[in-house]
Amino acid sequence: MSLHTHSIAALAEGLAARRFSAVELAEHFLKRIESANPRLNAFVTITRERALADARRADEARAKGGAPRLAGVPIAHKDIFCTDGIRTSCGSRMLDNFVAPYDATVVEKLARAGTVLLGKTNMDEFAMGSSNETSYYGPVRNPWDLAKVPGGSSGGSAAAVAARLAPAATGTDTGGSIRQPAALVGISGIKPTYGRVSRYGMIAFASSLDQGGIFAASAEDCAYLLHAMAGFDPRDSTSVDSPVPDYVGELGTPVKGLRIGLVKEFFGEGLDAATAALVQASIDRYRRLGAEIVEVSCPSLPLSVPTYYVVAPAECSSNLSRFDGVRFGYRCENPKDLLDLYKRSRGEGFGAEVKRRIMTGTYVLSAGYYDAYYLKAQKVRTLIANDFRRAFAAADLLVCPTSPTPAFDLGSKVDDPITMYLNDIYTIGANLAGLPAMSIPCGFIGHLPVGLQLIGPHFGESRILSAAHAFQRETDWHRRTPAAYA
Amino acid sequence: MSLTRRDVEGIAHLARLQVTEQELPVYVDSLSKILSFVEQLSAADTAAVEPMAHPLEGEVQRLRPDEVAESDRHEKYQANAPQVKAALYVVPRVIE
Repeated sequence: MSLHTHSIAALAEGLAARRFSAVELAEHFLKRIESANPRLNAFVTITRERALADARRADEARAKGGAPRLAGVPIAHKDIFCTDGIRTSCGSRMLDNFVAPYDATVVEKLARAGTVLLGKTNMDEFAMGSSNETSYYGPVRNPWDLAKVPGGSSGGSAAAVAARLAPAATGTDTGGSIRQPAALVGISGIKPTYGRVSRYGMIAFASSLDQGGIFAASAEDCAYLLHAMAGFDPRDSTSVDSPVPDYVGELGTPVKGLRIGLVKEFFGEGLDAATAALVQASIDRYRRLGAEIVEVSCPSLPLSVPTYYVVAPAECSSNLSRFDGVRFGYRCENPKDLLDLYKRSRGEGFGAEVKRRIMTGTYVLSAGYYDAYYLKAQKVRTLIANDFRRAFAAADLLVCPTSPTPAFDLGSKVDDPITMYLNDIYTIGANLAGLPAMSIPCGFIGHLPVGLQLIGPHFGESRILSAAHAFQRETDWHRRTPAAYA
Repeated sequence: MSLTRRDVEGIAHLARLQVTEQELPVYVDSLSKILSFVEQLSAADTAAVEPMAHPLEGEVQRLRPDEVAESDRHEKYQANAPQVKAALYVVPRVIE
């Protein structure tokens, strides 16, 4: 059986025609997970019984008629989304014992859409990392090469989809945590507009940047899932109350006449030459499809990484103050007083990168430094957002690399935070400006995949997905799977 | 930007994080590097630029009426607490 290479549409069609049952489909993926996970470490929790129960319910709904279109389609959730009654660890010792008491809105919506929960995926601790090496549960390995990182922070979800252990998986993206791993493992991943997908029950990292999204093999598959996830949620005060377009129905929008902008600053130093060549070939392909290519400039964009590394740590130091060893999460042994309880619970419960970011954030928010760092960064952020606004007056979409290089070796950057942070140089801008952006596979360097990034204006998801879909009708990079997981 | 051990001890205290003797020099080094790295922001001309208040232009944080919308589920929530007694969270004695 090759059910794991089917598109979401083919799975839904096969389930509707009763060529296979949801239970058979769940078993197929569970077996693949159980066989591959000891090597990849993509899942931290496999929810076998829950998957089979969900699948039986989907089969019953299909038998009765009127089942939702994704009934029986298996998915995995990044372990940052709260799942009622299932451990939700966020990749941290701090939440190793935390059983979520409710479902995140994304989890609830995808369950209502009929999806089957296979398990929870590994991630960088509290989503802070670009290599999935900061997880309390150990690194995830790249299915294309076990010595390489899968990217991060949603590395487990990305590796799971790349190895076809799940047809789709949720992720979150604060500075590139969906797009960069999608690029490094050769799959498609979309970060929607800030506020498009509810963050209720999604453990907060940096609240002015965080946004949930989805990984799947293709843009078409992403469109099915995003449609089920997106929409207004009164429980998230940043959720935007605007109608969700028919992402699947609009996939066929032609590329002809589309104005594609090339941001000059994205093609400068630091970009690997082989990656640049593949991105250039992709741009040529869009030109052949009838797109008009224009050059645009975003002069403040080179400041996006330092801006991010003020804003994100500042917000994380505030958000993570809730982990106090009192109400939930890790508590140290034998605290001698309340201060000792706070300090040791947090000192022992958080890993090195999380502590580094909390301290960076504490410093930039502290008395006497707020104006010089945080306020300054928020002003530069305005400049970056203005740059993008001008760019979108001249272009409908921006196209650029997702990551400066293909997947790097495990352990090669983990001791050097600045080098690690610079991995996100092409992805952070979209978060700072709240823009939707996607990575799709555009070729290989040796045996390692390379990603192409498409950035759209606010609520331009449909245009991004249709442009990505047009590219994928002409190419088969997104259908390639690592030989060991074919 | 170069931080001292004392600086980092002060930051760790404000953040309520215990940092061990072995960890301290590592944080002195990496936090100094990060602060030097972000210092390039000071070169940007931001005179007359408003700090960003929301990533979406014109959007503001929505308010809701102050009405009870949730049922009492303290037992379920407190199942995750390290120590609970009579529906109260237990911590070390604060007042002698």
